[in-house]
Amino acid sequence: MNVSIRWLREMVPGLKGTAREIAEHLALRGAPVEEISSPGEGLGDVVIARVITAVQHPNADRLSLCEVDGGSGVVHVVCGAPNVTGGAWYPFAPVDSVLPGDFRIKKAKIRGETSEGMLCSARELGLGADHSGLMELHGAFTPGEPFVAALGLDDWTLDVEITVNRGDLLSHVGIAREAAPLGEGSVRLAEIPGAVPLAARYVEHEERVSSAGVSIRIDDPDLCSRYLGAVLRGVKIGPSPAWLQERLRGAGSRPINNVVDATNYVMLELGQPLHAFDLSRLTDATVVVRRAAESETSFMTLDDEERAITPDMLMICDAVRPVAIAGVMGGLHSEVGDDTVDVLLECALFDPKSIRATRRALIMSTDASYRFERGVDPEGMRTAVERAAALILAIAGGRLDGPILDCCPVPFRPAVVELRLSRIEHLLGIPFESEYVRELLAPLGFTVEGEKDGVLRVRVPGFRSYDVTREVDLIEEVARTHGFDRFPSKLGPGRPGTVPDHPLFQLEDELRATLAGRGLFEAQTPAFAPADQGDVEVSNPVSTAHPVMRRWILPSLLRRLEHNMAHGNRDVRLFEIGTSFRRAGPGEPPHEETHLCAILAGDREPAHWSRPAEPFGVWDVKALFEDVLRRAWGGPVELRAGGTDLDRLDVAMSFEGVIEGGVAVGRAGRVADGALDLPPWAGDVWAIEVTLPAEPAPRVPVTHRPLPQYPSSERDLALLLPEGVTAAAVTEAIRSAGGSELESVDLFDVYTGEGLAEGTRSVAFRLRFRAPERTLKDKEVDRNVGMVLKRLEEDFGVKARG
Amino acid sequence: MTDTNPIEALASLETEALAAIARASEASALESVRITFLGRSEGRISAILRGLGGLSPEERPLVGQHANRVKNAVSEALEARAAELAGGVAAGSLDLTLPGRRPWQGGLHPITQAVDEIWHIFRELGFSRSRGPEADTEWYNFVALNTPLDHPAADEQDTLYLVDSVLLRSHTSPVQMRTMEKYPPPIRVLAPGWVYRRDTYDATHTPAFMQIEGLVIDEGVSFVDFKATLEEFARRYWGPDTTVRFRPSFFPFTEPSAEVDVKRVITRPDGRQEETDWLEIMGAGMVDPNVIANAGLDPERYTGWAFGMGPGRIAMLKHGVDDLRTFFENDVRFLGQFAS
Repeated sequence: MNVSIRWLREMVPGLKGTAREIAEHLALRGAPVEEISSPGEGLGDVVIARVITAVQHPNADRLSLCEVDGGSGVVHVVCGAPNVTGGAWYPFAPVDSVLPGDFRIKKAKIRGETSEGMLCSARELGLGADHSGLMELHGAFTPGEPFVAALGLDDWTLDVEITVNRGDLLSHVGIAREAAPLGEGSVRLAEIPGAVPLAARYVEHEERVSSAGVSIRIDDPDLCSRYLGAVLRGVKIGPSPAWLQERLRGAGSRPINNVVDATNYVMLELGQPLHAFDLSRLTDATVVVRRAAESETSFMTLDDEERAITPDMLMICDAVRPVAIAGVMGGLHSEVGDDTVDVLLECALFDPKSIRATRRALIMSTDASYRFERGVDPEGMRTAVERAAALILAIAGGRLDGPILDCCPVPFRPAVVELRLSRIEHLLGIPFESEYVRELLAPLGFTVEGEKDGVLRVRVPGFRSYDVTREVDLIEEVARTHGFDRFPSKLGPGRPGTVPDHPLFQLEDELRATLAGRGLFEAQTPAFAPADQGDVEVSNPVSTAHPVMRRWILPSLLRRLEHNMAHGNRDVRLFEIGTSFRRAGPGEPPHEETHLCAILAGDREPAHWSRPAEPFGVWDVKALFEDVLRRAWGGPVELRAGGTDLDRLDVAMSFEGVIEGGVAVGRAGRVADGALDLPPWAGDVWAIEVTLPAEPAPRVPVTHRPLPQYPSSERDLALLLPEGVTAAAVTEAIRSAGGSELESVDLFDVYTGEGLAEGTRSVAFRLRFRAPERTLKDKEVDRNVGMVLKRLEEDFGVKARG
Repeated sequence: MTDTNPIEALASLETEALAAIARASEASALESVRITFLGRSEGRISAILRGLGGLSPEERPLVGQHANRVKNAVSEALEARAAELAGGVAAGSLDLTLPGRRPWQGGLHPITQAVDEIWHIFRELGFSRSRGPEADTEWYNFVALNTPLDHPAADEQDTLYLVDSVLLRSHTSPVQMRTMEKYPPPIRVLAPGWVYRRDTYDATHTPAFMQIEGLVIDEGVSFVDFKATLEEFARRYWGPDTTVRFRPSFFPFTEPSAEVDVKRVITRPDGRQEETDWLEIMGAGMVDPNVIANAGLDPERYTGWAFGMGPGRIAMLKHGVDDLRTFFENDVRFLGQFAS
């Protein structure tokens, strides 16, 4: 909402403060100002000049040669406008002045004639769309007078941000009510120069009314509760007077013609959108307010656009066809034009939801629909139509024909809301006296109709009937007008809450700390993915390249890896904890899982002069995988080699982590070559992706084991493993055959090659034996080792190397 | 050297050799260590290797393997020491100006760090963390939060839909309802999480971003508590000289509603203290009675307050990042700047 400070000052007697101070005040009332600008911005160099003579340019048909008095001597100007006339006044940009767009005026020779300056059109000054000729100025001026001041462009415009609940603030009168405390506290409407009081009479009916040869009927009262029409005959369409143009410009609106400007003025002043029809274009001088008929499928709006309409849209129609989309935009056919003589002025109340649905379906928004959606004042309609009529008569002539038609199927009933002083204190934390509450509410239009036992009966004005319907809405008004900053800042007693800290957040914290401690950087990537990376589709995606929610995080991290390597980062270790989405039943929200994904690329350690570089390998990713799984899932997790449903991984070099019940909760391995686009110097990339439990089990407290009292005995075994026998199987067999004294089994060496049969590996294990109560004898240990070797031989054909 | 266990003998030889290497303070000394242990004819390790033939067939490979490993370890140590001595400033002392050896350094994402810092302050104020799904229903995202779907407030946040009435939550406020349904008052929770809006990427917008919700519900909670607690948070986060301003605003699920601004005192490079402009940090307010009733609680008995803030924006302000997209590039040179 653009607010003219000059207009505001007229409406709020005694309004003090600069534009900036007024903006600050409005911000603290809930209407922050985005920007303060001036309609005359950038026009400081422009002056008012008189063209003394204008004659045909000797060498060009369409150019005139003018003698111009711009206040500092008469100069010669070549001008291309058709309307330049000797003796008339125009805006003039002298040599060396600068116009908006950093356009500097220079002395020039045009077709052999010198031109010292430029006479300007409205569009060249950013003041209107008109480029058909020079901007003609009417009034008493002196040559060289600053243009901005003479036209009242030295106003300030506040761009006020209005929250969706406050439709009443989409008007100068609404803003004035909020600004009133900066003045004498009252608000009045500005005087209209030349207007005579309108002795308006009304003809009312709940369904149909006729007057002055015009009839109005509402067929769909659920969408239009009231429709007022004023018949104005004999108007003369033309430009608006300077004062009105100045007002509109100050409020960020461009003048069009006197009748349209009058309706815009009243909309900006009172917030009531009005529409003027050319009465001669309405068949049978009839208005019917109804939904579009099945057969009515398209409509040409006044912006020359063909709009597709549907039977749920409310239309303003004449006896035959639609003439406007109710509350959104008028039609091209019935628009007021230069030849309009008789006008029907519409002031209506439409259902906000219907207007919103219609303008959304049409993918458009207008000043009118914006206001109707947020609710216009049902009690201010007669004021608005009378004011617009009076303004039109004052600036476009004509007369009001007969009584104003007022078709009102659903009369407005103001709400009375009970406000308990005790509830104000309960919610706001400090007591408020009845007298003070009344003082706060009255300037906003609320009236207290009665008070009993600390309960005030508050009548809500029409313009607040949309957002103030409950006691709490009034309490907000009390808090707001008292001033949020005047509440004490005092911490009260508080009870601890019943909600436990969610264990998944705690697990995430631990994993983040672990991975950062192991040298990985945490990444964050949005969960949108290309179509082949998930089955949860977004129906209105931000980008067609990413139309689904991701199933795996890995592809997102791989894209980040590519980005890093494309920028020359050779060592990239990233992880992310985020959400994975999977389709659930039809119409249901998708399954969500929290995943942890990590990638390792480059060297295992920073380069150091003491050792050669070594890239990350399968054993790094395996250990990382095991550690994350153990931390995430607590209990034992079985690792299966080779299987994966994460297609970015190389199946031959991958693992799956499986918990009890055979549920796969993690994948790890080498990223398949085809999944990456990396520079030639890049080596293997390793990755894990682990599903985290939705509700991690509480950590089981550690029960400590007493440290051993007796020494252990160690035996190293070098075993020959035939092809196909795995280290894990052999380890397990050693554990089960080693007897109760076998304390630990550690694999410490693997050898293949010379001296060994093809496919055979020599794997060395260190076995540690210990008895809790005594020192084991060599013989006992030897016997246990013997049992181990026997079992290995029997089960796997594994022999000790020798 | 005892003959009973050649593997033990090798182990003690290794220890002895490495110690001698470390002691060697010049190249000639190092060379004599080499001859002592690895010399072709008289070296003590070489001798064991030569003696393999005399061992039993079971022992032979094991001892051989060990001997080779020890030989390699000693050779490497000799080379490394030789390099050290060569690089030394003065013969006889190690060049301690050489760089030390450290593992890779990792770190948390700056937005996670902002979330954590905020969470730590609220934890001190008695809050715990709560969570809810990122894909949710219109009921939880709008209707239960006093936002009718046909109200203009519903499309201020342009929402991303999945199917029918299922959407990607446009704010973390649905967690308010889910927490109130699950736990009885008193409730004091923080709910950090991703939210989604149909915004295109620019310097201050991304279609997915982090938000932090806060919610307090109890008997006797008032606007004064609301204001005081958030002021306390702001002073702990931005410093004791921070000024906090509450401006009336509108959110369908709070009433009264407020935008909270802070004005910080910063110290310029020349040491002068300076106040910043007002910075918007969160939207907040007293929980609307309709929301409390929708959660099955009696709004006459229970009152509360809530807020929502963007840790991404707070991280931008804190670290002087002027483009939100930088956070999502995840360039390790950027992330590394926030590693502690």
